Amino acid sequence: MSESQRSAGASSAGPWELVAHLLIGTFFGVVLIQSEVVSWFRIQEMFRFQSPHMYGVIASAIATGVLALWLLRRFGVGALNGAGTTPEPKRWGPGASRRYWLGGTLFGLGWGLTGACPGPMYALMGYGVAGAAVVWLAALVGTRTYAAVRDRLPH
Amino acid sequence: MIELIARPWPWFVAGPLIGLTVALLMWVGGRSFGVSSSLRHLCAAAAPGRSSFLRYDWRRTGLWNLVFVAGIVFGGGLAGAFLSTGEPVAVSPETRADLAELGVSVGPGLVPEELYAPEALATPAGFVVLVVGGFLVGFGARWAGGCTSGHAISGLANLQLPSLVAVFGFFAGGLAATHLLLPILLGG
Repeated sequence: MSESQRSAGASSAGPWELVAHLLIGTFFGVVLIQSEVVSWFRIQEMFRFQSPHMYGVIASAIATGVLALWLLRRFGVGALNGAGTTPEPKRWGPGASRRYWLGGTLFGLGWGLTGACPGPMYALMGYGVAGAAVVWLAALVGTRTYAAVRDRLPH
Repeated sequence: MIELIARPWPWFVAGPLIGLTVALLMWVGGRSFGVSSSLRHLCAAAAPGRSSFLRYDWRRTGLWNLVFVAGIVFGGGLAGAFLSTGEPVAVSPETRADLAELGVSVGPGLVPEELYAPEALATPAGFVVLVVGGFLVGFGARWAGGCTSGHAISGLANLQLPSLVAVFGFFAGGLAATHLLLPILLGG
């Protein structure tokens, strides 16, 4: 198989790649804490439209991501492990859109209550917030429950 | 230098660094930035049962992701140990006032004691916030096929229309939790 034909994220990760992901995760964890986006207070501030902080973080993260991913593809820079850099598009079309707004709204309810989406849960656990471990365990139960009932849900 | 890094980072520093994380993951291993998948991989590893959704080779597709989130935990610990100022989060005075009305004070730390302290788990509000809220995050993220990282950041950075719909859902739910559920739970 030609290396260039492999799609993004299809292969298992080698040892050096795992080390790299550990380092990138560490970096991301520090950013999450130092920017306070892990803070329940900041999430409340966002959902009350009382500060541009969170909106600025999200918008500039997307803008930087668009630019950096475009550069990677524009100059044909493949991934270091030989994988492609174009992820498979998400499924979309008539009858394949309900999952996004239904699941998204349930997620948003949980996000508004806990003030923690999955990335911040992990960062807060490392930071030493015991309650974040409770949220994480409950999220695992939620994930397992979804797996059990997913055939009966609209997608 | 440390003093400068230890201060909370403004949005125009944090946002681009998060965008950089997305690009680094794609450059290193062709991986799509996403955090909630780690919950699925953990379920697949620990309790797949008979669910076809959880019966897959999680080591092949998910080990990188589990190592990545282990890094996030470690990074959170590093920041807490070496960069924490212990100052209360400098939210706007309006937020402070609104939360005070709900009986939640912006004290030191990143989360409110009233909801996140171990004792709070025994109160109805604390239980709903942590346990029901956490459950909805896990359930909803898998149903929607991604969370804030996978849809709001990475999905939108890849210009995916489904992600935009999911993000509208995230905000609809978050607004309902903030303006309808929390006032009921906290009796404000």
